[in-house]
Amino acid sequence: MTQLAQREIAETHPRDVLLRQDRLPHIWCPGCGLGIALNCFLGALMKSGLDLKKVAVVSGIGCAGRVAGYINLDSFHTTHGRAIPFATGLKLANPELKVVVFSGDGDLIAIGGNHFIHAARRNMDITVICVNNFNYGMTGGQLGPTTPTTAFTTTSPYGNREHPFNIPYLAAGSGAVYVARWTTLHVRRLERSMIEALQKKGFALVEVISPCPTLYGRRNKMPTGVEEMEYYRRKSVIRHGADPRDVEIRYEGEIVVGKFVDVEKPTFIDLLPNDNR
Amino acid sequence: MVRLWRTPLDLDAVQRPRGKVFFIPARCKGCELCITYCPKNALALSDKLNEKGYHLPEFADPDACVACGLCEMICPEFAVYVEEVTEEAKSDE
Repeated sequence: MTQLAQREIAETHPRDVLLRQDRLPHIWCPGCGLGIALNCFLGALMKSGLDLKKVAVVSGIGCAGRVAGYINLDSFHTTHGRAIPFATGLKLANPELKVVVFSGDGDLIAIGGNHFIHAARRNMDITVICVNNFNYGMTGGQLGPTTPTTAFTTTSPYGNREHPFNIPYLAAGSGAVYVARWTTLHVRRLERSMIEALQKKGFALVEVISPCPTLYGRRNKMPTGVEEMEYYRRKSVIRHGADPRDVEIRYEGEIVVGKFVDVEKPTFIDLLPNDNR
Repeated sequence: MVRLWRTPLDLDAVQRPRGKVFFIPARCKGCELCITYCPKNALALSDKLNEKGYHLPEFADPDACVACGLCEMICPEFAVYVEEVTEEAKSDE
């Protein structure tokens, strides 16, 4: 038995070719969903058939902002909320690049909210992966713009009294051409959705609902990653093509997941005069 | 063994895939997602600890594994992966 156990121990992982191994194990808490989102993203990159030399990953600040530091591609860790403007500049300077923004809800929707809606309005040809864990994880679990009403956080000890952003509705209303939402439990569907988003021309958004057991879960009766995933398993409903207006997440309510928007629209670069491209 | 309500015509031709699970103990943080979501319950929590003091999962039921790869995808730490065991590899052992 000991000999068998010995043989099951390995040194490297199949995904290690795209990871900066000297930085592993990563800093995310046990049970955090960011590692799952990153795992799916690396799988999607490998399966999408993209030239990985022409892929650039941009992250902002926060727990999800660490992703750029772990991916062994051209990756950039930018200032808070400015991942999308940085990616826009990158794409316009070198339109051959596939630019991916991988960041959290606090970075993209709160501090970078204006950049998010305007990049979607212009239909910039970038892929945005927004990991939503319902609070500001890195700074201590404060209330964020995606915290569901009545949820408890460090700065809302009597329950949140604000209405949250509905990210797919915000993106679809601003003009995104691809909008999908999955939880970190739907690993295969999430990976397939990321492949579609990477291959889509225009502003593609994949929202990933992710557990934050240390800060959000602990104050909302889900103190471990497994319990938070169990909540997703019980409450998530797959509804492709659902109206983004109806997919708001309520406290302890159902999570509608699926692909909500997939349309074709000319991108910002397509609309530029030929000699400016 | 799965009970079938009728015998499939190609039962002899179809082989149930077998998998082998590998762990990288130094990366594990003991979140237990791989153990909880293994559809075949092939993994279990062991008594062994890694250097950080987290309990490691172990490949408790090798016969149950069908190499679906869910543990590999759901592991947030890049600490688990599955390799499908082919017929030739099995005969080598």
